[in-house]
Amino acid sequence: MSTPGPSAEDTAFHSPPGGFAPPPQTKSGRTAELWLTLFAIAVVFAALVIVEVAMEQHLTWDLAKYAAAYTVLMVLAHLVIRRFAPYADPIMLPIVALLNGLGLVLIHRLDLADEETQAFLGNPEPGSDANQQIIWTLIGLICFAVVLYFLRDHRVLSSYSYTLGLAGLVLLIIPALLPAQFSQVNGGRNWIRFAGFSIQPGEFAKILIIVFAAAFLVSKKDLFTTAGKHVFGLDVPRARDLAPLLVAVVLAIGIAVLNKDLGFALLIFGTILVMIYVATDRASWLFIGIGLFLLAATAAYFMFDHFRERVEVWLDPFATYNTSGYQISQALFGFATGGLAGTGLGSGQPNTVPFAKTDFIMATVGEELGLIGMAAVLMLFAVLVIRGLRTALAVRDSFGKLLAAGLAFTLAFQLFVVVGGVTKLIPLTGLTTPFMSYGGSSLLANYILLAILVRISDEARRPPEAPARRNPTPIGDAPTEMVRRVE
Amino acid sequence: MNTPMRRVAMLVMAMVVVLLAGVTYLQVFKADELRADPRNQRVLVDEYSRQRGQISADGQVLAASTETDDRFKFLRVYPENPNAPTSPEANAPVTGFYSLNYASSGLEKAEDQILSGSDDRLFGNRLFDLVSGRNPRGGNVETTINPVLQQVAYDQLTAQDLTGSVVALDPRTGAILAMVSAPSYDPNLLAGHDGSEVAENWNRLHTDPRSPMLNRAISQTYPPGSTFKVVTSAAALEDGATINDPLTAAAGLTLPGTNTVLHNYADERCGPGDTVPMIEAFARSCNAAFAELGIKYGADALRDTAEDFGFGPDTPSIPLPVADSTVGTIPDAAALGQSSIGQRDVALTPLQNAVIAATVANGGVRMQPYLVDELEGPDLKTLSTTSPTSPGQAIPPDVAGELTEMMIASEQDTTGAGSVPGVQIASKTGTAEHGSTPKQTPPHGWYIAFAPAQNPVIAVAVIVEDGGNAGLSATGGKIASPIGRAVIEAAVQGGQ
Repeated sequence: MSTPGPSAEDTAFHSPPGGFAPPPQTKSGRTAELWLTLFAIAVVFAALVIVEVAMEQHLTWDLAKYAAAYTVLMVLAHLVIRRFAPYADPIMLPIVALLNGLGLVLIHRLDLADEETQAFLGNPEPGSDANQQIIWTLIGLICFAVVLYFLRDHRVLSSYSYTLGLAGLVLLIIPALLPAQFSQVNGGRNWIRFAGFSIQPGEFAKILIIVFAAAFLVSKKDLFTTAGKHVFGLDVPRARDLAPLLVAVVLAIGIAVLNKDLGFALLIFGTILVMIYVATDRASWLFIGIGLFLLAATAAYFMFDHFRERVEVWLDPFATYNTSGYQISQALFGFATGGLAGTGLGSGQPNTVPFAKTDFIMATVGEELGLIGMAAVLMLFAVLVIRGLRTALAVRDSFGKLLAAGLAFTLAFQLFVVVGGVTKLIPLTGLTTPFMSYGGSSLLANYILLAILVRISDEARRPPEAPARRNPTPIGDAPTEMVRRVE
Repeated sequence: MNTPMRRVAMLVMAMVVVLLAGVTYLQVFKADELRADPRNQRVLVDEYSRQRGQISADGQVLAASTETDDRFKFLRVYPENPNAPTSPEANAPVTGFYSLNYASSGLEKAEDQILSGSDDRLFGNRLFDLVSGRNPRGGNVETTINPVLQQVAYDQLTAQDLTGSVVALDPRTGAILAMVSAPSYDPNLLAGHDGSEVAENWNRLHTDPRSPMLNRAISQTYPPGSTFKVVTSAAALEDGATINDPLTAAAGLTLPGTNTVLHNYADERCGPGDTVPMIEAFARSCNAAFAELGIKYGADALRDTAEDFGFGPDTPSIPLPVADSTVGTIPDAAALGQSSIGQRDVALTPLQNAVIAATVANGGVRMQPYLVDELEGPDLKTLSTTSPTSPGQAIPPDVAGELTEMMIASEQDTTGAGSVPGVQIASKTGTAEHGSTPKQTPPHGWYIAFAPAQNPVIAVAVIVEDGGNAGLSATGGKIASPIGRAVIEAAVQGGQ
C-alpha cells in the first residue's frame, strides 16, 4: 500500500465538539453471515419443496434428506469461518451456499427427470447424482476447513510458489500421459480416472497456477515495469524477466489445447493476462494478449477440426441439429421456453439438454427460472466476484492483492465463458459453472478457491487494534527477505 | 495496483452486463422464434400441461382434455358416447389427433392456436389467468359437423368394410355437415401418455396397407368418372346448348386423330335412334355422347367451367388443407374427349365433388366449404363466427336449373338401393377407371347428389374405392348411391 497507515494520533478517540460519539465499531460480520446463510438455506428449502410438488405431486423423504444435509453442511461452514477466520467477508459464504444449494436442487430435479425417463423406457432406476453432490459438498467443505485451518496466513503460499506452479503443471500433464481409457471423457482428455474415482486436474491446476503467477508477478513487478522496452508505442518488458511465467502459461495452455480442453486454455490465458495487467498497470499487455489470442484462435480454426466444428456450431447450431448442434439447440429452446419468468422449478424439460447437470446447468436455470432467475444468479456471482476484488483492494500485501484479484477474476471469467457458451454468445467450451454444476473436482477446487479468498478477506478486514495472530508464520516458512516490502 | 484492479472490477461488471444482454436477447426477443421452431418439442409438452379447449359438433364433444395425475396433467380424449352417435373413428378426419410424440393433425393442428390458448384473441384470458394464478385454458372450436350424419356416413362405409369417403355440405352456406374417411383410426391411440405404446400404435397405423390415417375427403384426389359430366354439361349449356340437343347414340366414339375407341358402359348403344337428347344421354351416362359434347364446345370452355366450380391451384383451406383438384392438361381433341367424361388427368377430391353438387343445388352460386362454425374462449364466449362466403356465381341460375332437371332424370335411371320416400333427389353417378390396367382393376364408384331437388338442404359426394364389394362389375349406382341416399335420408328426416 502506498498510503501509509493511520498514525497513533489519528486512531485515538475524539469526542466531537458539543457531544459524545461512540468509538467506531469494528464488526466481524459473523452475525450478518449467519443470517444470510440461513436465508440461503430458506431459499434452497423453498426451491426443494417447489421441485417436489411440481414433479412428484407430493413431498418425499428426499426433501428432508437434502434439506437436512445441506443445512448442517452450511451451518458448519459458517462455524468454521467463525472459528478460523473471524473477520472474513460475511457475504461470500452465503452467496456460495445459495449457489451450491440451487445447484443441488437443480441436480435433484434433473435426477427426478432421469428417473422418469428410465422408468418410461423400462430401465432400472439410475443412481442419484444429488446424493453424490451432497458428498462432494461435504468433501469440498472439509477441504475448505482444512485450508482455513492450516493456511493461517495467505502469504505462506508465496514462499512455495514455484513448487505449487510445478505441481499445477504436473497435474495438467498427467491426463495427457495416461492412456485414453483413464483420461478421456466425452472427447476431451482432461480427466484422471482410476478405480471408480475421477478428478479433473485442470480445476486444481488453475488455482496452483494463479498462486504461482501472483507470487512471481509480485516478486518481479518492479523489474519489468522499469526495465521494459518501448516498441511501437507499447511498453514491452524484457522477455527474460517474464520467462518462468510465460513458460508455465504456454505449457499449461499447450497441454490444455492438446487435451482438447479449450475452456481451460481460455480460462488460464484470460486470468493470467488480467493478473499481469493488474501487476504492471500496463494496458499494453492486454492489447498484446488480445492480439495473440486472435492470432492463436485464427490458427486453431485452420489447424484443428474440432475447433472449427465448435465455431461452426456456434455460428449456426441448427444447421447440425441432429449431430453436433443438438446440445446447444436444445439449450436455446430451453432458454426461449423459459422466457422472462421461467416455467417454474420442476415444470420445464431441461433434461432434454445433454449434460444438463454439468456444463449446461445454467440452461436449466434459464428454462425453469427464466431471465429473472438468470439475472439473479449472474448478480450473485457478480457480487461474489466484486467482494473478492474488494478484498484485493483492501488487503495490504501485494501478493494477497494479486492472488485475490486473480482468484476473483477467474471465477468471473469462468462464468462468462460458461454462460456465454450455453447462450450462444460465444463458442461453446466445456467448463462447469462454479459451485452449481455437478462434479467433485469442480466443487472441491472452488471451495479451496473460496477458502483462500476468505483467508485473504479475513486478513484484509482484521481491525488494526485486533490482537496479533495467534500463530504467526513460523520463521522457517517466512519469506526469505531481509526487509519486508511495504508497498 | 489499485487502479487496474478497479478497472478489472469494471470489466467484470461489463462481462455480467454483456451476459445479461445476451440472455435477454435470447429469452425475450428471440424467444418467440425459437418457441415456434417445429423441432422444439418443449412447447408441445408445455401445452399438454394446459387444459386444451374442446372440439364439438352440435353440442356433442368430439375432443376434450381430461385431468390426469401424471406430469402432463391433461390427457386428450376423443370420447365414444354410447348414447349419442359419435365415435372417435368417425370423427378422426375432422378432429385429427393430438399426440405428444407425433404432433397433431386435423382441426387439432389447424386450430391449435385457439385450442392451446396461445391465440392473440385469447390474450385477455391469458393475462387474467396469469394475474389470478389460474392455470391457463384453451378456447373451444365448434364445428359445422352434424354428428348424426357423420356417424351414418361412417357406419354406411364400415358396415360393408368399404374404403372410401363421404362429404356432405349445406349447399346454401357451404358448411360441411359430414366428412368421413374409411377405414379410419381412433385418435385416442395416439393421444396417450405412454410413449412406447403410442409409438407402437403409430407404427401399426402407418404400416397398415389400407392407410387408415389418410383423410380421403380432402387429401386424396380421384378420377371423377361420369360425375364430371355435370361440369361438361354445364360448360355446354353455358355456351348455348340445351338439354334436348341431339348427341350421338353410338356405342363408341373414335377419338379424333386416333384409332382409340371410347366405349359406353358395357358397350351398349345409347337408345334406339342415331341420336339421343342430352338429358337422356346424361341419365344413361353415355360416354360417347359426352365425349362428343366436350369436343364440340372445346377445352377452354371445359376448363373455365371447372375453375368456376373450384378446380385449380391454391385451394383454400377449410381450415384443414385441401388437395387441389385439376382437369389436367388437355393437349388435343382426343384428350378432351377423355377428359369430358372425367377420365385421363382429371382428378378431384370428394370435397370438390360435393362442392359441384352443392353449387348446382344452390342455383349456381358456389359457397366456400368450411368446417369451423364458431371459435369460443374458455368461458364459452364467442370469439368469431364463420359467415358463409361465396367465390361467386359459378354457373347461371338457368343452367343450374337445367342441370338439376338432368340430375333428377339421372337419379330416376340409377339402380341401387335406398330411395327416400317423399323426397326428390337429384344426382349423378360415376364409375371411374383407374390404375395401369383399367379394365382389370375394379373401378371407383361415385355418387354426387342433393335433395330435396327443388329446395336443397344437403349435397353429398360419396366415393367407394376399388369397386367396393362388387369387384369389376361395380358401378357408382350399385356401390355408392345407397350410401349417399342413406345420408340424405338421415339429413331430411333429421329436420335439416
